[in-house]
Order: sequence, then structure tokens, then C-alpha cells
Amino acid sequence: MGYQWDFYFIWGYYNLFIEGVFISLGFCVVTIAIGLIIGLFCGLSLLSRHRLLSFPVRSYVEVFRCTPLLVQIIWIYYALPVIININIPAYLAGGMALTCYISSFYAEIFRGGVISIERGQWDAARALGMTYPQLMKRIILPQAIKRMVPPFMNQSVIQLKNTSLLSILAVGDILYQGSVITSATYRPLEVYTIVAIIYFVILYPLTILAQRLEARVATKE
Amino acid sequence: MPLKNKIMIKIADLYKSFGSLEVLKGISLEISRGEVVVIIGPSGSGKSTLLRCINLLEEPNSGQIQVGDKVITFGVTHKRVPSDKELAAFRANAGMIFQQFNLFPHMTVLQNVMEGPVTVKRMPRAEAETLALELLNKVGLAEKTNVYPYNLSGGQGQRVAIARALAMSPAVMLFDEVTSALDPELVGEVLGVMENLAKEGMTMVVVTHEIAFAHEIADQVLFIDDGVIMEKGPPSEVLENPSNPRLSTFLTRFHGFIEQFQNAESKKTGI
Repeated sequence: MGYQWDFYFIWGYYNLFIEGVFISLGFCVVTIAIGLIIGLFCGLSLLSRHRLLSFPVRSYVEVFRCTPLLVQIIWIYYALPVIININIPAYLAGGMALTCYISSFYAEIFRGGVISIERGQWDAARALGMTYPQLMKRIILPQAIKRMVPPFMNQSVIQLKNTSLLSILAVGDILYQGSVITSATYRPLEVYTIVAIIYFVILYPLTILAQRLEARVATKE
Repeated sequence: MPLKNKIMIKIADLYKSFGSLEVLKGISLEISRGEVVVIIGPSGSGKSTLLRCINLLEEPNSGQIQVGDKVITFGVTHKRVPSDKELAAFRANAGMIFQQFNLFPHMTVLQNVMEGPVTVKRMPRAEAETLALELLNKVGLAEKTNVYPYNLSGGQGQRVAIARALAMSPAVMLFDEVTSALDPELVGEVLGVMENLAKEGMTMVVVTHEIAFAHEIADQVLFIDDGVIMEKGPPSEVLENPSNPRLSTFLTRFHGFIEQFQNAESKKTGI
């Protein structure tokens, strides 16, 4: 192949990439934080014996787990405003979709961690006379959270990669900046290689960190 | 001073099913203060379910349960499900020891024993610690206070579980096959602790397969089979002269239990 690779020109656009990194990380951190709170609430509701509570939450979780995130982003940006007759800015629509998506996965991680605790632990806590909130806080959650760490880290790593889907709404994330640079330079091969490297450089240390954390948790068990 | 024969546990017409499987079919029973009741019976007879119902870990379908001064009624005339707080208060009244110990693995031995008083009774930590140390001393584990449960032997774990239950100063203690998961040489140390409790006048309900121990410790032995109490009375009657043919058959599996009883004696003096 006679293609001449040339990465040098990209230095001229480094500020765009930096902006993209901040925007992607910003979306990632904020949607994870809000998603965690919603996920916690949803996870608790899924565990509830009251079907009035668990059924709507189960529906919410399944809708967002079982449809593609890209479709959710497009739907919230284009279709939802038609229904509720309010314009939703791109960053908000994208943020909402990312938040709902990850919260539905967190809800399942949370529920799974809680139900993985042996029945004997529930029995022992109840036999001591603990109320449900007491036994959750003192006995079940401290043990369950350890088991939730690996899937939680895994899902959060995926979330940063998923912010790339926001580029469809021209939000200014890493991938969108790449497409801007491509249309200016007509050098997609180099640009998307760099885009991939940027994601990798951010996420690889995080996965190492996650492994360390897992190992520490495992030795304490 | 309350009378010795004050009723501590009263069960009236208790029914419990799991799906279509009827496990308890009308159990009625009274236990006085300081009495030790041993429940024997084949596996699947409902004895563990009965114990779990007394502590409301299983919710009966119908019937009435009284533990100490607290009464709770289930059944068609009482559609209302007891609230989380009511159940918790009821359960705090009865200490329960499980076959698998169920110690909290993320807490030290001391923290395990302090957990009930601190979280449920809101006892100040210093006071709870004094109490916990006293109880650990009583079950012979004063030197294990800062150890995590996975570093304990089975017998030690079960003794911690007993201390943890005692820390709530329960009106009664329920023992659910507490020696079944133990190595034979560790059984004696747990039975020894239970025997001391009985001597101190604790009201106890014990589900066990240790027939010799039952013979020694029980004021009353209940034989449960197929969800009903088939036979009840002092051990000298129920265990030595069983009139019920199913009980006789059951006891032949433990033939020579008197020798077993003597073994248990020598094991205990061995600690």
C-alpha cells in the first residue's frame, strides 16, 4: 500500500482534542454520579416486595438496558421534544440518555450484589431484631458493596467509551472533535488512530486501578 | 420477682405451608420460664420451621405466637401484615443460633457481639463493649476478641454466635441444630456452653440430633413428625419408654444413645 502516514499535522489541533477530552470526561463523571444515585434507588426498588414500586422500576430498567444507547440518544433529542413540546438542548438530551442507560445497569449490579449475600446473614441480622434499613446498612451493604466493585468498575469504563455516541448530536466530545479535524484535513486514518489512543490512554490506567481495587477487596473477604 | 412457672413461649394452633407443602399442621405448645425444651424428629418433619416461626423468620399462615410479653397473631382474621418494626421488636426478644453460625464476616468477634446492643438497642459503645467482653469471657473466648470469624474454628464460631445472641438479653434462646455442622471433637465445647446456660435458668428451645444431650439437658422432649407434635414429656418417658411406634423407629437410629450420652460427658470434662 502506498499510503503515507503523517501524524505531524495533528499537533495543530491538539487544543480541540483537549477540549474533547474534558467534555467526554465531564459527561462521564456527571452521568456516573447521577446514574449511581438513580441506580441505587432503582436497585432498592427492584428488591422491594411491593409490586407497585418494583414493576415500574423494572420496566424502566429493562427499557434502557435492552435498547441501543445510540437510539436512546436520538430518541430523547428528536422524539421527546415533539411529545412534551419543549426543546431539549443537545448536551442535556445526551446527558439524560447516558444517565438513564447507566443507571439501569447500576440498578442490576446493585440488586445482584445484595441478593448474592447468603440467606444466613439476613437471618442472623433479623434474629438480632434489626429493621430492614438497619440490616441493609450494617450487614448486607457492607458485604455486598465489595462484590459490586468489579462490575461497577467495568460498567463505568464502558461509560466513557459510550460518551463517543454523543458525537451524533455534535456535543463536542473526543470523537466529535476527531470528525471535525477529519473534515478539515481529510486524514481520517491518522485522526481516528489518535482518537483510539486517547481513549486507551485514559482507560487503561483505570482498568489497572480497578484490578488493584478488586485484589484488595478479595483479600479482605 | 416473677414466678418460675411464668409462660415464656406460648404457641397456639400454628400452621405453616410453603406453597402447597404443609409443613406445620397445628402446633400448640407452652414453655415456662427456665424450661429447656428439646425438639427431635426426622429431617423434613418441620422442627426447624417451627423454631424459625417462633422467631418469625418464617411467617406462619395462621396461629398465635407469644414470646415473653409480646404476642402476634396470624391468619384469616388478621389480614394485616405486621410491620417491619413490629417484627424486629418481636425478634429481638428471642435469641437464635443457627447451624451455620452466620457470624458477620466483615466484623471482628467483638464487633459481632456488640452489633445487636449498639444497632438495635442503641446502647452506648463503651457499655456494649463491656457487655460483649463479659459474654465472650463466659463462652471462653476472651482472647479472640479482635479476630475475624474466618480465623475461628467451628466450635469457637458457634460460641461467638451464642454470645452475640445473649448480648440482646433475650427472653428465650432458640438453637437450630447448632452442632450439626461441627467436627465431632468440637461438639462438646458448644454443648458445654449450652448446658451452663440451662443451669443459669435460661429458657431454651433446642432442635438437635444429639439424643444423649437431649436426655441430659431437657425438661421436656417433643417428638415432631409430619408437622405435628407426636409425643411430648420428660426425657425419661419420651426417650426411654417411647409409646409411639414412629418415635421408637426414629430412636432406633440412635441406638445406644445412653453410651453416646456417656461419651458426651467425657468430652465435656475434656475441655
